[in-house]
Amino acid sequence: MHSGDFFFQAFIYLMAAVLSVPIAQRLGLGSVLGYLIAGVIIGPFGLRLVGQEGEDVMHFAEFGVVMMLFLVGLELQPSLLWRLRLPILGLGGLQVLVTAAVFAVIGIGLRVSWQMSLAVGLILAMSSTAIVLQTLNEKGLTKTEAGQASFSVLLFQDIAVIPILALMPLLAIKDGAVSLVAANGVIFAAAEQTAEQGAALPAWQQALLVMGTVVGIILGGRFLTPPVFRFIATTRLREIFTATALLLVIGIALAMQQVGLSPALGTFVAGVVLAENEYRHELESDIEPFKGLLLGLFFIAVGASINFNLLIQQPLLILALVIGLAIVKFGVLFILGRFFRMDLSQSFLFAFALAQGGEFAFVLFSFATQNRVLTPTVAGPLVAAVALSMMLTPLLMTMNDRFVQPHFAVSEDEREADEIDDNENPVIIAGFGRFGQIVGRLLLANGCQITVLDHSPTQIDLLRRFEWKVFYGDASRIDLLHAAGAAQAKLLVVAIDDREKILDIVNLTRKHFPHLKVLARAIDRRHAYELIRRGVEVVQRETFSSALDMGVEALKLLGVRSYKANRAARTFKSHDEEAMYEIAVTEADDSAILARSRQLAHDLEQLLQSDNRDLIGEDDRAWDISELRKDA
Amino acid sequence: MGSPNQILILFAHPALEKSRVNRRLIQAVQGLDAVMVRDLYEEYPDFNIRVKVEQDLLLAHDIIVFHHPFYWYSCPAILKEWQDLVLEYGFAYGHEGIALRGKKFLSAITTGGGETAYCRQGSNVYTIRELLVPFEQTARLCGMDYLPPFVVFGTHKLREQSEIAKHVEDYQTVITALRDDRIHWDQLPQFKVLNSNLDRAIRKAEVSHHA
Repeated sequence: MHSGDFFFQAFIYLMAAVLSVPIAQRLGLGSVLGYLIAGVIIGPFGLRLVGQEGEDVMHFAEFGVVMMLFLVGLELQPSLLWRLRLPILGLGGLQVLVTAAVFAVIGIGLRVSWQMSLAVGLILAMSSTAIVLQTLNEKGLTKTEAGQASFSVLLFQDIAVIPILALMPLLAIKDGAVSLVAANGVIFAAAEQTAEQGAALPAWQQALLVMGTVVGIILGGRFLTPPVFRFIATTRLREIFTATALLLVIGIALAMQQVGLSPALGTFVAGVVLAENEYRHELESDIEPFKGLLLGLFFIAVGASINFNLLIQQPLLILALVIGLAIVKFGVLFILGRFFRMDLSQSFLFAFALAQGGEFAFVLFSFATQNRVLTPTVAGPLVAAVALSMMLTPLLMTMNDRFVQPHFAVSEDEREADEIDDNENPVIIAGFGRFGQIVGRLLLANGCQITVLDHSPTQIDLLRRFEWKVFYGDASRIDLLHAAGAAQAKLLVVAIDDREKILDIVNLTRKHFPHLKVLARAIDRRHAYELIRRGVEVVQRETFSSALDMGVEALKLLGVRSYKANRAARTFKSHDEEAMYEIAVTEADDSAILARSRQLAHDLEQLLQSDNRDLIGEDDRAWDISELRKDA
Repeated sequence: MGSPNQILILFAHPALEKSRVNRRLIQAVQGLDAVMVRDLYEEYPDFNIRVKVEQDLLLAHDIIVFHHPFYWYSCPAILKEWQDLVLEYGFAYGHEGIALRGKKFLSAITTGGGETAYCRQGSNVYTIRELLVPFEQTARLCGMDYLPPFVVFGTHKLREQSEIAKHVEDYQTVITALRDDRIHWDQLPQFKVLNSNLDRAIRKAEVSHHA
C-alpha cells in the first residue's frame, strides 16, 4: 500500500466517523451505532470506499478493544474485583452455560448435530464487551446494579473464550483425528494465528509460561512501573509519557499473544494492577483518546464487514436468526437477573444491554470453521446475524430508555440516591506549589477532603509519603480534570503559577463544568482583570495579601500603633478590591495594550491619591476627641 | 394601615453554627417583608466595619434591633465595636447628631441562666433590665425610644424542640407586630420584658383589611 492510498483510507474512515457519529449522537442513538452505520455506508455493500482491506482493518482495530479493557482494569481496584467474584463466577458462568444450552437444544431440535449445536450455542453466548461497555459508559450507567452485573458477565465471557477455543477441536465432526496434544495446545490460544505457536510446546511448559507472564505483569506493574513513570514524568515531556503508556499496553498485548493468551485479558490484568498507582489518572487520560478512536475504527470495521449479499439472498433466515438470538439471550439474562435478585428495572437494563452477539464470535466462528466444526454455509448467516445483533444493541438500549424505564421512575430515583460516589473529593486543587499548599493545608486541617493535581514529580513523592491524595498531571487538560472528578466536585482551586494556563483552565472549566465554583490565583492586577471578566468566583492576587501584611509590619516599625496599622491595611484592601472589580468590568472591551497600560498608570495614580486621603483620618473619627472637645 | 415600619436587625453570634436557639430565632425573621437581618460576624469577619455603609442602613430603617446572646452582661465584641464606630459623634449624638432621633430600639437577647438567676437573690444579683441599662442609655442618648427587651431565659435548659419553638414563634410575632404597628405603645412601660405577656402588648393581626 503506498502512502497516497493510506491517506485516502484514513481520510475515508475519519470522514465517515466525523459525519455519522455526531448525527447519531444528536438523534439519541449513541456513538456506537453511529460508527456501525458509518461502516455500513463506506463498506463494500455501501459506497465501496473501503472493501477488501476491511479484514486487515478489523485486525488492527481489535487493538481498540485491548485498550478499552486496559482502561476498564484501571477503573477497578482489586478490592472491587474481589467483591465482584460472586457475580463474575455465578452470574457470568450461568449466563454462558444456560444460553449455550438453550441454543444447543434449539439446534438439536432442528436436527443439527449436537456437536455443531453446542459450538454455535457457546459462540452465541458471548456478548459484545466493546459495545456494551461503551454504551453503558455513554449513558452513565456503569455504576448501576445492572451495569456492574453486565461487567461481571462480560468479564467472565472474555475469560471463557479460552476454554471454548480449547473445546472447539474436540467438537470437530468430520476429521476425528484431532489429537489430544493439539487440543491441549490450543487451550491457551485466544487468537487463531497463535494456535501454532501454542501447539509447539508441551502443555505443562505452556502453562508455566502463561503463569510466568501473568505473574510478571503483576509484579512489574506493582514494583517496576512507579519508578519508571516517575522518571519519565521528570522529563516533563507529555508525549513521552503518552508514548510510555502506549508502550506498556502494546508490550503487554504482545507478550500475552506470544504465550497464547487473549491480549485484552492481559491488558485488563495490567490495568487492575495499576489501578492503585499514583499515575492512574494520567495514564487514563493519555490512553483515552486512542481507545476512543480505535474502538470507533473497530465498530466501523464491524459495520463494513456485514455481508449484505447473504442478507439479500436469505433475508428471512437472517432476520429470524437475529430475532431468535436476541430473544433467547434476553430471556436468559432477564430470568438470571431476577434470580439474582435484581429489581425489575435493573433486570430489563441488564437483559437489553447484553442481548447481542459479541466480537469474539467472529474469532470463534472462523476458528470453528477452520477446525471443521462448522461449515461455511452454517457460519456465514450466523456471522451476519451476530453483526446485525450488535447493531441492534444501541437501538434496544434507546428503546429501554424511552419506553421501559419510565415505568420504573420511582425505583430509578431510589437507585440514584444510594449511588453517591464518596470516592471523589469536593475540592480539587490544581497546582500544589507554594500557593496551593497553603490553601490545601487549611482545608485539610478543617476536615475538608481535597484532590490535588500537580505536575512536579518531586512534590508528589513528598506528599504521598505523608499519605495525601495526590495525582500527577497537567491540570489544563480537560480530560485530566474529568478523571480527577471535576464533574462531582464543588470547588476548583486554580493555584498553578502559569498565567496563560490559569486562563486556559478557567475557560475550560467554565465551558465543561459550569457548576464548579472556581477560585483562581491571579499573577497580578491585569491577570486579575482577565479572571474577573471570566466570572471567576474568587480572584486572589498571589502576593497581595502577604504584601499587605508586610505593609502593616512596616507601618508598625515606623511607630504606627498595631491596631491602626491593621485597620489601615483592611481599608486599603477593600478600596483596592472595589476599584479592581470596577475597572475589570468597565474596561471589558478595551483590547489595545497601550490604552490599557495608560489606564493602569492612571488607576495607580488615582489609587495612590485616594489612599492618601482615606488612610489618614476619615475612618477614625470615632476616636477623634477634638470634635468632642469643641462641643463641650 | 400605613406603610410598614422598616426593621433592621443587627445580629451578632460568633459561633452561629453551634447555636441551638439563636439560629432558629434568626431563621424565623429572615426574609420577612420590610425586615433586614444583618449578620455582623458574617459581614465583617475581620471586624473592619464600614462605617458609612452601616450609617446609611440606620437612616433607612425605623426600628433598630440588637439581637445577640448576652455575653458577660453585654453583647459579643463585634456589636460593641459596631457601636463604637458607627454611633459617631455628630451622627448619633452631640449637637448635630440627630440621625437616629425618633427611631425605636429593641434588645433581643438570649441568656444561659434562668429568669430566677436575674434578681437580688439570684447568682447575677441584678435584674436583666438593670444589666441592660448601658443599652437603654445608649438609645436615650441617641434620641431613640427604648422598648422593653425581648429575652429568652435559660437557653441551656431548653432541651425539647417544642420548648424552643414557643420562643421562635413569639419572636416572629413581636417582629411582625413592630413592623405592622400593632403594638400597644402606651402599655409598654409596665412590661419588664416584652415577651412576658404578648397578648396584652400586641393587637391581633387584622384578618381582612377592609369591611
